[in-house]
Amino acid sequence: MTQASPEALRDREYPLTSLPNWRTFFSFSTDHKVIGIQYIVTAFFFFVVAGIFAMIMRGELITPEPDLVDRTVYNALFTMHGTIMLFGWTFPVLAGFANYLVPLMIGARDMAFPRLNAVAFWMVPVFGILFILSFLAPGGPAQSGWWSYPPVSVQNPSGVLLNGEFLWLVAVALSGVSSIMGAVNIVTTIVRMRCEGMGWFKTPAFVWTVMAAQIIQLFGLPALTAGAVMLLFDLSFGTTFFDPSQGGSPVLYQHFFWFYSHPAVYVMILPVFGIFSEVFPVYARKPLFGYKVVVISSMIIVALSAVVWVHHMFASGTPPWMRMLFMFSTMLISVPTGIKVFAWVATIWGGKLRLDTSMLFALGGLVNFVFAGITGIMLASVPVDIHVNNTYFVVGHFHYVIYGAIVFGIYSGVYHWFPKMTGKMYYEGLGKLHFWLTMLGTTLNFLPMHPVGLMGMPRRVASYDPEFAFWNVLASIGGFILGMSTIPFLLNMIGSWINGEQAPANPWRAIGLEWLVPSPPEHENFEELPVVVAEPYGYGKSEPLTENLGG
Amino acid sequence: MKPKTVISLGIMAIALAVLSYFVGQWSYSWLPPQASAESILVDKLFSTLVAIGTFILLGVTGVITFSILFHRAGRYDTSDGPPIEGNTTVEIVWTVIPFLTVIYLAYFSYQTYQAMNIQAPGHMHGAIDPVEKMADTSATTPMTNIEVEGKQWAWTFRYPEKNVTSTELHLPVDQRAHFVLRSPDVIHGFYIPAFRVKQDIIPFEDTDFEFTPIREGKYRLRDSMFSGTYFAAMQADVVVESQEEFQDWLNNAARQTPTPAPNQAASEYARRQQKDEQFGWKTVPPAPAPMVNFHS
Repeated sequence: MTQASPEALRDREYPLTSLPNWRTFFSFSTDHKVIGIQYIVTAFFFFVVAGIFAMIMRGELITPEPDLVDRTVYNALFTMHGTIMLFGWTFPVLAGFANYLVPLMIGARDMAFPRLNAVAFWMVPVFGILFILSFLAPGGPAQSGWWSYPPVSVQNPSGVLLNGEFLWLVAVALSGVSSIMGAVNIVTTIVRMRCEGMGWFKTPAFVWTVMAAQIIQLFGLPALTAGAVMLLFDLSFGTTFFDPSQGGSPVLYQHFFWFYSHPAVYVMILPVFGIFSEVFPVYARKPLFGYKVVVISSMIIVALSAVVWVHHMFASGTPPWMRMLFMFSTMLISVPTGIKVFAWVATIWGGKLRLDTSMLFALGGLVNFVFAGITGIMLASVPVDIHVNNTYFVVGHFHYVIYGAIVFGIYSGVYHWFPKMTGKMYYEGLGKLHFWLTMLGTTLNFLPMHPVGLMGMPRRVASYDPEFAFWNVLASIGGFILGMSTIPFLLNMIGSWINGEQAPANPWRAIGLEWLVPSPPEHENFEELPVVVAEPYGYGKSEPLTENLGG
Repeated sequence: MKPKTVISLGIMAIALAVLSYFVGQWSYSWLPPQASAESILVDKLFSTLVAIGTFILLGVTGVITFSILFHRAGRYDTSDGPPIEGNTTVEIVWTVIPFLTVIYLAYFSYQTYQAMNIQAPGHMHGAIDPVEKMADTSATTPMTNIEVEGKQWAWTFRYPEKNVTSTELHLPVDQRAHFVLRSPDVIHGFYIPAFRVKQDIIPFEDTDFEFTPIREGKYRLRDSMFSGTYFAAMQADVVVESQEEFQDWLNNAARQTPTPAPNQAASEYARRQQKDEQFGWKTVPPAPAPMVNFHS
């Protein structure tokens, strides 16, 4: 921009007019940064709701008898805990990160389709409230687990059409539609709107992983949505796709469900791999080791993720050849993930480490992820899986992935980009307290699930044999600590946002386009679009990242 | 690398390997008693996985811990680390080693699965070459045939030769047992942790299943696939006894007239109907109590 236009001059005179105030966040804004924060804050609301469900469940499981809540209530709680945590928390919070960061990181002014973006977001509170309102449905909310396997899910003891399972299926389908809208938008933005000079191998790893994750959404979600709609017809309109007494196949539903819902784990973990890849170089002050291998391995994970779903069905109606084939493909996925783990370790090695809160969460998340990966290989091995699947071993493994790695990664990202998003610094002491409480709670909550699963405690039980009591008491205490751990976090975020110290544009001396603009960035991000001349992560090298914006 | 570095790395790797081996051995004690021929095979595989996993976990966390302890930036140190971006040799090595490990683990698992020969839905003889049977007696001794029914929410076991039904599963030791698994309502999971075996029962489909109990005692059978309101209560006892005791029990049971068996789901449901509970939602009523010759 050689000559300032009248608009640009006006913006310069009143730089703060384009910054959102609190009312903006309740409006149909098309600014990707506003939508990003809308996603993240909404997701944290559902995180707290589903977390409270989890603590009631752990309260039930602190004694062997079913004494705290009725069995039907317990079944509803674990169903809604799983569902809301996935569709109301993990997907939206990561969509929020993608929304906020991708345009800034690739040097764009906004997403490709800003209005579609806003519509996709506003569906989240709609289906989220539908999930919560289903507690008021006659017969209560859905009680068949987040898998919703038929025939249990099509048994309708309340006898009314508008039952909890019906509302659940509608909400899941809406969530699918919202995610597809988001995926189309994000992939288009990344492919079409990278700034001048940003070739594929100059694109930050986070952007790569977000694109990889959204490609999975595009091929996987139609299968889940189709399965949900067919199940809805079975439940309410008398079709028999999955009804074995009428010649339907309940195993067919399992294929539909897992064809998406296993890759969904990669939809959630890939952006977290991206966050790790952004955070480690900054706080180790070294370039991301093996950057090209790290980004290429993301795409290999996408390809492999399409051929792993049957490992959830090793004990189901699955013939031996299928068990063997999917055992191999599932184990194979540990190779590209292993490449990433080694790359991060090599990035840390020999660096100049600063253990700020986001680095602590990234390191804790990495260790938890390695542990989860090892139990993942055990679950891929058919003979071991036959013993442990549908036991607490799986619950432990899954929560090590989802909480230990993904939630840790999200926290790491929240702390890292908090100054950018809000223009305020957070309180480091509260952050560290939050980290240690979370690490302690995670270990105490999810580690005991492994031995108790090996002993043979099935998942989803409201009561259990007294032999399992010891590990369950530990897990429950861990669960309550984990619940408490969110208190310093929420205090920190709310307190800092209102009252925190003003943040500079680049408090961590990080390299990346998002750190070249003020905190928080102005409405259209860049006054002048950047021209990238160097690869990302040039720590220890004194080359400029762009030729026109400094840095 | 300097020779000193190579030597110290070598020593650490050996120490780690020894430690991992012992954790692998320790892992046997994390599991229930080995009450079936299959459990011995599964546990050996599991122990190997634990040993390899321990090596990886301790290796990675060890390096991270070392970095945290010794590679910290000083308080006022704002300099950067060395700008090392990659190393092709290292990257190839750490792709090839995990790949070979995966191939080995898949092969080991395949061997174990073949040796277990537990049958499965859609099982076709000859679809996969049966590996030589293990050194137990399963191939030569006659099989015990048992029909298993799982329904909301009770297990019943029928011995067709003597027309005996029971809510307690009795099995003669060291004799291969053949099961036909059935369900009239929803998917149930036939799971006995002490035997390390599990199989989902798809409703309206007969599923063949086999294993060999090798240790006398009393074990627990649980439903492993969520089956509705009283899912957690759907358990049964499994008694493994000598051939003679088993025959005595069977003959004795055959003389009894069938009576309705007590059932936890049914009694909880009845209590709930009486109390007209404020909390909790409508549920599928439990199936009528099974008529059996023997119940525990």
